[in-house]
Amino acid sequence: MSILHIVNKSPYEKNSLDTAVGFVKNGDTVLLIEDAVYAAAKGGSVAAKLDGLDVSVLGSDLAARGIAEDRLIDGVSVVDYSGFVDLVEAKDSTQSWL
Amino acid sequence: MKFTIQVNEGPYQHQAADSAYNFVKAALEKGHDIFRVFFYHDGVNNGTRLTTPPQDDRHVVDRWSELARENEIDLVICVAAAQRRGIVDAGEAERNGKDATNIADGFRISGLGQLIEGAVQSDRLVVFGD
Amino acid sequence: MPDVKKLMYVNRRAPYGTIYAWESLEVVLVGAAFDQDVSLAFLDDGVYQLTRGQSTEGIGMKNFSAIYSALGDYEVTRIYVEKESLEERGLTLDDLQHLTWEDEDEDWAEKESIRLVDRAELADVMSNQDVMFNF
Repeated sequence: MSILHIVNKSPYEKNSLDTAVGFVKNGDTVLLIEDAVYAAAKGGSVAAKLDGLDVSVLGSDLAARGIAEDRLIDGVSVVDYSGFVDLVEAKDSTQSWL
Repeated sequence: MKFTIQVNEGPYQHQAADSAYNFVKAALEKGHDIFRVFFYHDGVNNGTRLTTPPQDDRHVVDRWSELARENEIDLVICVAAAQRRGIVDAGEAERNGKDATNIADGFRISGLGQLIEGAVQSDRLVVFGD
Repeated sequence: MPDVKKLMYVNRRAPYGTIYAWESLEVVLVGAAFDQDVSLAFLDDGVYQLTRGQSTEGIGMKNFSAIYSALGDYEVTRIYVEKESLEERGLTLDDLQHLTWEDEDEDWAEKESIRLVDRAELADVMSNQDVMFNF
């Protein structure tokens, strides 16, 4: 069964993203919201941790933090809240890595 | 699809309550059912009507109340967490000898079983917190 | 309503510094009445919740660590502890409380509640859950 891994912590402050990516299996998606959106910015030292994973990022949280979409690492999908709801529906369960 | 939402943080201190609200609104707009929003830990502070944010800021508590009124959403505050943090309705005031209440419109105080029931009865549980 | 769901309580926080560990335990105790298929996972700082020798007199807070050893009486019999999290913190199973449950089907034989699993094994268990609670 697939899991939507929701991460809301900056990877530069907390280890939530580290732990979360260790639990991602085939078919899972990682959704970055709130301060976790910084993880998706190109050039950051944590970007490599997302390599090869299915990653979405909440657009309104990106915009709030002044991160333009062209500054995102390749392959990351930007979703709005409607897309967030769709992801929750599409996966069998959710895990919030608080 | 039927969702239960858990909110673990109070308003303003952390974005969790805003994220939860935006998620609930989007889910309703897409035609999903919100079975329950359960407020736990400091999340119970989402349910005090004594909140007075500056006029140019969002009113997190009123926003929940309006959402509940317009969509008949069940907003449940955990009783054990509420007692610790001083969120009081008429029943709790009487039981615990308090001289005031502060619960906001559309919220009710109930037991932790409501969270478990929500998780079991719904298709998905989504947790917002710190 | 489905008959029984698989519910997992995921604990990733240390006790006392914040209330999450204690209020999470309260959910587990209440949830036991719902006759669901329950398990607990302890990882990251959550493993500190299970350590022996906690004494809270000096901080004036309630010591709830003894309650973990009563979980067996609440029919909570599967407690997953992540190996990597223990090792990172220089801990072994000997640093944790000995948690057991009594198996009614085997003449109340005492069995181990804690299952030491690595991250990959715990990920497999998580992917089989219907609901995960996060605190």
